[in-house]
Amino acid sequence: METFWFVAIAVLWFGYLFLEGFDFGVGMLLRVLGRTEADRRAMLTTIGPVWDGNEVWLIVAAGATFAAFPGWYAGLFSAAYLPMLLLLLALIGRGVALEWRGKVDTDRWRSVWDAVIACGSLVATLCVGLVISWNVLGLPLDADGNRVASPFAALRWDTALGALAVTGFALVHGAVFVALKTDGPLRHRARTIALLLVPVGLSPLLLLTVVAQLRSGAEWTWLVVFAVLVAVVCAWACLDGGREGRAFALLGAALGAAVLALFGALYPNVLPSTLDPAYSLSVADAASSPYTLTVMTWVAGFGAPAVLVYQGWTYWVFRKRVSTS
Amino acid sequence: MEVLDLARWQFGITTVYHFLMVPLTIGLSLLVAGMQTAWVRTGNPRYLAMTKFWGKLLMINFAMGVVTGIVQEFQFGMAWSEYSRFVGDVFGAPLAMEGLVAFFVESTFLGLWMFGWDRLPRRVHLACVWAFSLATVASAYFILAANSWMQHPVGAELVDGRPQLTSIWAVLTNSTVLAAFPHAIFGAFAVAATFLTGIAAWRLWRSRADDGVWRASVRLGAWAGVVAFAGLAVSGDLQSKLMFSQQPMKMASAEALCHSEQPAGFSVFAIGDVSEPDCESVKSITVPALLSFLAHGDFDAKVTGVEDLVEQYRDRYGSHYPVDERLGELSGQPIDYVPNLPVTYWSFRFMIGLGAIGTAAGVAVLWLTRGGRVPRSRWFPRLALASIALPFVANSFGWIFTEMGRQPFVVAPNPSGVDGVWMFTARAVSGLTVGEVLTSLIALTLVYGVLAVVEIVLMRRYVRAGIAEPEPEKKPGDDNLTFAY
Ligand code: HDD
Ligand code: HEM
Ligand code: HEM
Repeated sequence: METFWFVAIAVLWFGYLFLEGFDFGVGMLLRVLGRTEADRRAMLTTIGPVWDGNEVWLIVAAGATFAAFPGWYAGLFSAAYLPMLLLLLALIGRGVALEWRGKVDTDRWRSVWDAVIACGSLVATLCVGLVISWNVLGLPLDADGNRVASPFAALRWDTALGALAVTGFALVHGAVFVALKTDGPLRHRARTIALLLVPVGLSPLLLLTVVAQLRSGAEWTWLVVFAVLVAVVCAWACLDGGREGRAFALLGAALGAAVLALFGALYPNVLPSTLDPAYSLSVADAASSPYTLTVMTWVAGFGAPAVLVYQGWTYWVFRKRVSTS
Repeated sequence: MEVLDLARWQFGITTVYHFLMVPLTIGLSLLVAGMQTAWVRTGNPRYLAMTKFWGKLLMINFAMGVVTGIVQEFQFGMAWSEYSRFVGDVFGAPLAMEGLVAFFVESTFLGLWMFGWDRLPRRVHLACVWAFSLATVASAYFILAANSWMQHPVGAELVDGRPQLTSIWAVLTNSTVLAAFPHAIFGAFAVAATFLTGIAAWRLWRSRADDGVWRASVRLGAWAGVVAFAGLAVSGDLQSKLMFSQQPMKMASAEALCHSEQPAGFSVFAIGDVSEPDCESVKSITVPALLSFLAHGDFDAKVTGVEDLVEQYRDRYGSHYPVDERLGELSGQPIDYVPNLPVTYWSFRFMIGLGAIGTAAGVAVLWLTRGGRVPRSRWFPRLALASIALPFVANSFGWIFTEMGRQPFVVAPNPSGVDGVWMFTARAVSGLTVGEVLTSLIALTLVYGVLAVVEIVLMRRYVRAGIAEPEPEKKPGDDNLTFAY
């Protein structure tokens, strides 16, 4: 049961990175791809109906961690206090910017909020990446699961890689999403940029999985790392051939394999300590009581399929490409 | 400055701020859903105009509700990690359910509603707004169940020094939440109702001629306000009775009742300092025996005062904090069981009083606009607009009372069951540096301040602009940029 919930939380993180990944990407590329106001409106319209639903994946990932592994939730969120704060500030800015940008019809108003959307998306992806890699690669935690060193102690080259990994992925994913959902010159520009971005954008993700693998992976997980590479290369090829839908799905596969590799390297810990392996918090230590996990399993068993159905339906309702003409 | 104080200020500021958006979202979304239903059933364009106008304001506000809510959820782990470790087994479940059952529905169907005006069949589109607004109500239930557990822990037992969930059903049907939920929902209606009345009364006055939309909004809002206040009084009375048995100290301090009295009078208004050492010297206007009735439904019952309660609390929960470096200055010190009396006393009165004045304003508007009248006085719109603030402030005081009346506990002990499950606030905070919490406190306060200004400016613009020109009817399948923002 504990392991089931560990997997469930990995799945929630995957869902979050996959879904909000593209709307973060669209946000970052807003002024890069969107040359005219019409372009930018088209880009925002592609994510408008869905970004908030995507963000709830993060809320539920945090809530499920709280319920299923209170020690994990408490340890990670307090140890990573400042990145979490920056993430919150970025999400605040970006959220209101998306809703408010179109509410006043002047160029100055819009360009201010465009900047908030772009910076907010960038900072949010950097922070999410940092937090995930801190979690996977370890924090300086004492026996109670509290951080002992300074707030910045876990800022190292390998965790900085994590920040780049998520940001790079979101950029590529967002560009492909724009190519998939729009038409005309915007679509072409998005495709060109996506093609250029694949090698730079996705290599940090690949490297991060290799690093995690070298630290604490098993043999079978090398296969998963290899799968990330294959999926990335195939996605690139599809994009080159103009099959955006397939490229988008393959990027999802690459992300899925990467999340599997990272959480696979983490297991059976949930929060490794860099001070002493004996201080690491394991799945068994951190888990809630069997009764609580059973309750949660029932709720998830009914809730999750329903969420997938109606969120899927939303994408169906808004399936048409947005055109700027 | 200690981490504890900063973290408490931060939690207080961010939650009260979140709860400015929350009641408006809940109340307004239900009213808008009602307006759209009226439009779909009657086809009257007046109702469509109302739906669109109030729906826009709802959307401006919703964004703020969402982004400030995420801060709340993260804060438990960030600043209150000891609390989260302690209660996670019980408290996490309703929080996770809220996300899975309510927030997904809320956010997804709001997206469909905003962008779906000319892509969905009318009835499906109407179902979306209902799904959204009912999900906001559901989310309120789950979070209040979580909060009620902190006021009155049930359905758990102490295992290895931590509460373990034994019955989720008991947590979700806690008597405390059954009373707090209607109170909070009626409170949300009070907010949305005065919002509607205030703005519509101003527009009605300005447009001079009645185009139907504003008059209908004024009257809808004022009636909703009256109903809401009646509901608040009934549910609030239920809560008081529960609180007298569940957290007697909170209610004794709501009355600044120093000594036990039989029968006890209800203090309407006090002159002087109600704080602890000399609370007996305070002059107050009292209704004899009313407090006995409010507490126990009997005009002759005894109500226990603060000083006797302090003795009882010391016997049951200890007289000194344990010696523990994580308690900071409080380590080994005597425990102060009396909440901040001026705060509890006055916040309780302001909650009731401001709510009552807001409703009275609504009744006055109903009277002034009776039978097709349009008031011409220059005072009318000013007072109508000013009254909008009252229920917002009343709600904030309600929470300040509930939360600060619980001190020094963060999880208050349940006097009749669940042995050993309680937690002192001082023990709940994370082991952070002062710098970290100070940074976040300042950053969040500044950002919240700026956003409040922008939100108000935006709402003003929309209100001034009034009802937009009817949009040209879209051909089905026309996919050129339908833009809901
Ligand atoms: C009585 C109702 C109530 C109360 C006491 C709270 N909230 Fe809230 N919250 C709502 C009622 C609500 C809502 C009506 O559902 C909101 C407000 C506006 C909105 O957008 O949804 C919301 C939004 C909201 C969101 C964003 C949801 C989304 O993306 O759709 C989160 C994560 C939280 N809240 C979490 C919390 C936490 C952790 C609280 C405890 C301190 C809290 N809220 C108090
Ligand atoms: C489920 C809902 C809620 C939970 C779990 C919760 C929990 C907490 C916690 C952990 C604290 C910090 C400890 C303390 O200082 O008491 C606190 C304080 C506080 N909360 Fe709540 N709260 C909830 C809802 C609210 C809401 C909606 C409001 C108001 C809008 C509110 C107002 C406050 C205030 C004003 C404080 C500061 C009290 C003080 O410093 O003494 N709370 N609450
Ligand atoms: C008319 C008489 C009223 C009475 C007797 C009353 C009573 C109470 C009581 C006893 C509590 C504390 C519950 C607890 O500690 O758990 C409370 C909380 C609260 N009150 Fe009131 N109240 C009244 C009016 C209002 C009004 C007019 C508003 C707002 C418009 C309001 C908003 C709140 C809120 C938001 C809370 C905190 C949340 C909750 O516990 O539900 N109340 N009220």
